[in-house]
Parts: sequence; structure tokens; C-alpha cells
Amino acid sequence: MSLVTATIKRDLVIAARNPGEWLNPLMFFLMVLALFPLAVDPDPKFLSKIAAGVVWVAALLATLLSLDALFKADVEDGTLEQWLASGESLFAMALGKVFVHWCISGLPLTLVAPLLALMMNLPDEAYSALFFSLLLGTPILSLLGAVGAALTAGVRSGGLLLSLVILPLYIPILIFGASAVYHAGIEMEYVGQLGFLASFLCLSMTLAPFAVAGALKLNLSR
Amino acid sequence: MPLSRPIDQLNRFTAHCDLSAHQVSCERDDRILFENLDLSINKGDLIQLVGPNGAGKTTLLRLLAGLNQDFDGEVRWHGKNIQQCFQDYARQRLYIGHLSAIKKVLTPLENLRWFVSSWPQVKEDDLWQALEEVTLAGYEDVPCQQLSAGQQRRVALARLLITPTPLWILDEPFTALDKAGVAWLEGHLARHVSAGGTVLITSHHALSEIPGLRQIELGVQK
Repeated sequence: MSLVTATIKRDLVIAARNPGEWLNPLMFFLMVLALFPLAVDPDPKFLSKIAAGVVWVAALLATLLSLDALFKADVEDGTLEQWLASGESLFAMALGKVFVHWCISGLPLTLVAPLLALMMNLPDEAYSALFFSLLLGTPILSLLGAVGAALTAGVRSGGLLLSLVILPLYIPILIFGASAVYHAGIEMEYVGQLGFLASFLCLSMTLAPFAVAGALKLNLSR
Repeated sequence: MPLSRPIDQLNRFTAHCDLSAHQVSCERDDRILFENLDLSINKGDLIQLVGPNGAGKTTLLRLLAGLNQDFDGEVRWHGKNIQQCFQDYARQRLYIGHLSAIKKVLTPLENLRWFVSSWPQVKEDDLWQALEEVTLAGYEDVPCQQLSAGQQRRVALARLLITPTPLWILDEPFTALDKAGVAWLEGHLARHVSAGGTVLITSHHALSEIPGLRQIELGVQK
């Protein structure tokens, strides 16, 4: 077994033994969607109009919440130093780390979002659009977020800095994701938006790991 | 119980071990740590870097391990710059920093499995045997957070028994070890050197009893 697959396996085991870490963002997602109808107008028509945007914003913020810890533990306990010392490809390592992050944050969000969208009275036609836009969109959030997490891994209380670095990059994803769901809700074509998300995903999958590897190297070679 | 396999493998590897530093200078925060340092490390050497705190021992060690590129001069492995043959070099040396890269929620066995994942020739039995040798028999399946600092250090040091690399670079390996542990490690370092291995170590601990010890003092010039 190579070091990359061993790391993926190990990180999944760690996540399974530390459920609090990845359940927290999921709980946040649940609470936002549960509280929104209580705080604003509970009128179903109004809710169904804003549902797409609210679900997407909540998913984005929940991802942001989980990013801070992505590389922090590995930097602090010396795991990253051992990665670097092993001479294995940092690109593959970064991709593996992001994959695990998506498995414990983006994937559960994508799976529960249709259930929670029920509380926001999302139009029936929009459920598949919601699922597919999140399926394409959350890996992008993880990939872009990993760049910020890698840059701020060595910084104390880097969470705020991370949000500042990453949020501008998230805005196009939010716009295309939410607009896909909204257009599906008013029975319009939404393939275009999903196409944009898919191309963003390809782009970030090929470029983001380079940036992550570079940032981590920078962080460690001090 | 003595381990036979790793030593056999060592003898195979140690036909050559040639690490050298040429005119290496390093500066941190406008303070010169060392200047125009020349160093040649060959098969069978045991080199201890000594010096007061902040003298640059760890910096020099990381630089020789190829983890730090922020310096002037060149470090060569068999006459080639280590950054140009990093993968080859990484497979020939073992680096254990003062951060042990032990994951606290995992057991000693799981931690070791990750460390040796890029060495397919290391068998599961070797891991059990190595843990027994560092007197952690019976703790194989206990999460590391329940072990003492000294026991966690022993888990990290168990890598010395199973990773078949001729060159060991160890940063303060005696930290947190008890008397028996220190004696065991000293004996093991001496065995490695007499089997043709090479050890580069920083320690405030007096290693005087090991034959062939060479000390390099840092931080003498002010």
C-alpha cells in the first residue's frame, strides 16, 4: 500500500473515531435550515422562493467551518513533516487529503440537503438540481478551501484569515450553484449552470492540489 | 528479542552512504547560525550535533534531511544535490523530528502501519516484534492518547527497528525516555553503526560510551 492510500485510510479511521469534528458542520447546516423558517416569514410560497439560496449559503458556510482543521493537526503533530520527508508526491497527498475532507463534509451535506430542503419548501422540480449542483459544487469548495487551509495552517487563529482568503473564490460557485437550483424551481433549463460547475471542478482538481502542495511546502520549510 | 530481518536488510543497503554539506550557511532573523560549514558523513559514522539552545542544531538537521531549502550552499547525496535526487535520498534515510507524528486516536500498531506503508517488504509480524522490543507488548491496541509521553516516544522510535534505511537523522530522540529506554536506544544506535549504518543526531545527552562518536559543535562563534 502506498503512503497516499495509507493516509486516506488512516484519516477516515481518525474521522470515524472523532465524529464530533465532522458532525459539527453538519449540525450547523441542519440548524440554519431549521431556524430560517422560524425567523423569517413561514409562508410556504416565500420560503420556496428563497430556498435555493439559503440551502446553498448554509452548505458553503458549513464547509468553511470544517476547513480550519484540515491541515492544522497534521502540521502540529509532525505528520506533514513526515510526508515531506517521505519524498512522495505532494500533489497526490493534497488530492488525498481533499478527498477525505469531501467524504466527511461535502458528501454528507449533499446527501442530507434534499431532506432538509423539505423544511424550506423547495419546489418539487428542484430536488435533482439541488442534489447534482451540490455533488459538483461541494468538491470545488473542498479543493479551493484546502488552498486557504494550507496557507493558514501554520498561523495561530488562522480561521478568520482563511475566510477572507477563500470567500471571494467561493462566490462564483455559490452563484452558479444557487442559480441552477432556482432555475430548476421555476421550470427553466439548468444544464448550463451544472456545466459551469463541472468545468470549475475539473479546473480546480487539476490546479488546486499544486497550490496546496506549494503552500504546505512553504509552511514547513521554515 | 533481537530482530534479525531489518539488520540483514541494512547490510544490503549500507554498501554506500555518502552525505556531504558544502559551504552551508544559514541565517535566521538576522542572526547567523552557521557559516561556510563543510561536513562529510560516511558509512559507519555516528555524529552528534551539540550546542546551546537556539544554536541551530535542528535547523542543520532539517537542512541535511532535505526539509529546509532556505540556506546558502549545497547538500549532496552521493555527489548529487539532494533536491535533484530527493526521492532516492528519501528512501535511504529515516528522519524522526522532535514532533513524532503520532496520531493520538490511533493505536501504536496503526501508527506504525502508516509509517511503513511505503515499505512493502515490512511485514505485519515485524511491527508486533518492534513494539515488543520497545517494551510496548500488550499496548498494541491501546489508543496512543492513553500512553505516557515516554511510551509515545517509544512508538516513534520503533520505526528504527522496521524501516530499512541506512541513514538515520534523529532530532532529540532521548526526550521523555526513561533510563532503560535511553540505554536501549544507545545500544541500538551502536548496533546500527557497527552494522554499517549511519546516524546523525542532536542531543544534550552524553553519548560518550558509543565507539566512533564524532561531535560537531554549533553556536561557538558569537
